[in-house]
Amino acid sequence: MSSVSVARPATSDDRLTLKQRLVNRGLDGVTMLTLPAIVFTLALFVYPFCYGLWLSFRPKDGSLLGNYATFFSDPFLYHTIGTTLALALPVTLINLLAAIPVAFRVRLMLRPRLLTTILVIPITLGTVLVAEGMLTYLGPQGWFNRVIMWLGLTNAPVRLVHNYWGVFLSLIITGFPFTFLLTLSYVTGIDPALEQAGATLGASASQRFRTIFLPLLVPGLAITFCLSFVQAFAVFPSAVLLGAPAGPTRVISIAAYQAAFESYDYSMASAIAMIMAVVQLAVVAAVLVLRNLAYRGPVAGTKG
Amino acid sequence: MSAARTKPVSERLWAAAVWAGIGFFVVNLLALIAVVITSSFATRWLGTWLPNALTIKWYFEAWSEFQLDDVLLVTFEIVFAVVVISGLIGVPAAYAMARREFPGKKLVMLLFLLPLLVPPVTYGIPMATVLYQTGLGGTMFGVILANLVPTVPFVILVMIPFIEQIDPRVEAAAKVFGAGTFRLFTDVLLPLLTPGILAALLLVLVRTIAMFELTFLTAGPTSQTLVVALYYAVFASGVRAVQSIDAMAVVYMVTTLVWLVIALRFVNPTQIVTRAKQNPAH
Repeated sequence: MSSVSVARPATSDDRLTLKQRLVNRGLDGVTMLTLPAIVFTLALFVYPFCYGLWLSFRPKDGSLLGNYATFFSDPFLYHTIGTTLALALPVTLINLLAAIPVAFRVRLMLRPRLLTTILVIPITLGTVLVAEGMLTYLGPQGWFNRVIMWLGLTNAPVRLVHNYWGVFLSLIITGFPFTFLLTLSYVTGIDPALEQAGATLGASASQRFRTIFLPLLVPGLAITFCLSFVQAFAVFPSAVLLGAPAGPTRVISIAAYQAAFESYDYSMASAIAMIMAVVQLAVVAAVLVLRNLAYRGPVAGTKG
Repeated sequence: MSAARTKPVSERLWAAAVWAGIGFFVVNLLALIAVVITSSFATRWLGTWLPNALTIKWYFEAWSEFQLDDVLLVTFEIVFAVVVISGLIGVPAAYAMARREFPGKKLVMLLFLLPLLVPPVTYGIPMATVLYQTGLGGTMFGVILANLVPTVPFVILVMIPFIEQIDPRVEAAAKVFGAGTFRLFTDVLLPLLTPGILAALLLVLVRTIAMFELTFLTAGPTSQTLVVALYYAVFASGVRAVQSIDAMAVVYMVTTLVWLVIALRFVNPTQIVTRAKQNPAH
């Protein structure tokens, strides 16, 4: 555009009004429609985050790093990182490893809609309701324990609530459908012709999976792992209701909540929230680095 | 049958194992929901497979004990406001994002993706701090603002592909025939976009009813939604009869699932989770 205007000085760029120049760069009235959403997100998402970061360096004792020093010297606080990782990492891994074969089965179904609809129910109902149902269902008198005792698998009821396993299972119930539906969308995005070609050339099902699907799926699976992990790491209501929030399932969000709403130390709460964000970011970054080491190259051959 | 026989045994065993796994998960999930429903109708249920007798008295009890009429009214006021405002802010922004290329567009896209990728508890605590300091914490307005943080970007990301698939020549034709911006919007765009807007807003509605963390962190005693009230009831269980809490849980389930069923007429279940995977800025 500019070369044309140089050739004809009468319409050169500096004779255009500011408005016209902005329009040429794509900033017209329609683009301005994004402004309310941008201003809103800046004011209620970006600003609070920056404010929280600033506030976390203004602890009650007046020092710069007081909150962080307290957090990493008090085992009651810094153990929450390990506790949360010990829940979130295995759960995310199990959900993902289970989601892959299930997604490959469901891909072949003619009418997967009923199954996907059933699986979307726990996501929709949310963790609070799942926790409330599990308290009865997995309790010592609940149907689950009655069935396994009736089958003769145990003599006494298995303790599945108010401990690590209660939170673990609730993360599977709400997390698996999420991981599965994400994985399914990646699996169905792969052109079936690629697999058919592999089958024609005599590759067995496991060979087709390892040499055709897996390389194409790795980028998507890495993203799925990150999204599922971040959700699991932020576990809150089920850790309180189904776990042992004073000890084995005292996850980091409980520590942040208690700092904010029980001791009214917003500065400390912000510091814990920032530590939480950093741990999430670190795991996500590690997964993405691993993905790049494991697989390079374009994701060719997908439908989308 | 002949096709099945040609497959090796190991492959068929594997398929059966996967189906058994899916079956086990679905059975437990449905049983979990059935337990809540059964318990809410039980007169007394201790140490047996099924309750002794059925009653509906717990629903009346839950209704008065937990002030469900107030809670439901607050819930619908908040949800209605969130749906309307996120539509009003989100749809125009999505239109601009779908139709215009402008400097910094990728950055803006990242700005809209972040609230959907970062879990609510992580950003909810600093946000609640800011809301409490401005005096909005604990009010209904504060709860609405908090819930808009993930729903506005959600509407934008759901609507962008819907808008992209509308041929821009339709709009050009309307302008040629003299339609102003307003008439272009009301007579051309709105009818074409209605299915997309409906789908996006129904999903916002379902998500907002079920949004626990943000509402929990910002709500005061008079601005609790149903899911937060349910949390407090379960948290303080032992004070009230289990069946009464279960009755409240059923009211919550019905409120959520009715809208889910309506939403699923317009969207595919996979769309409920895959919104975050939209390609940023083409």
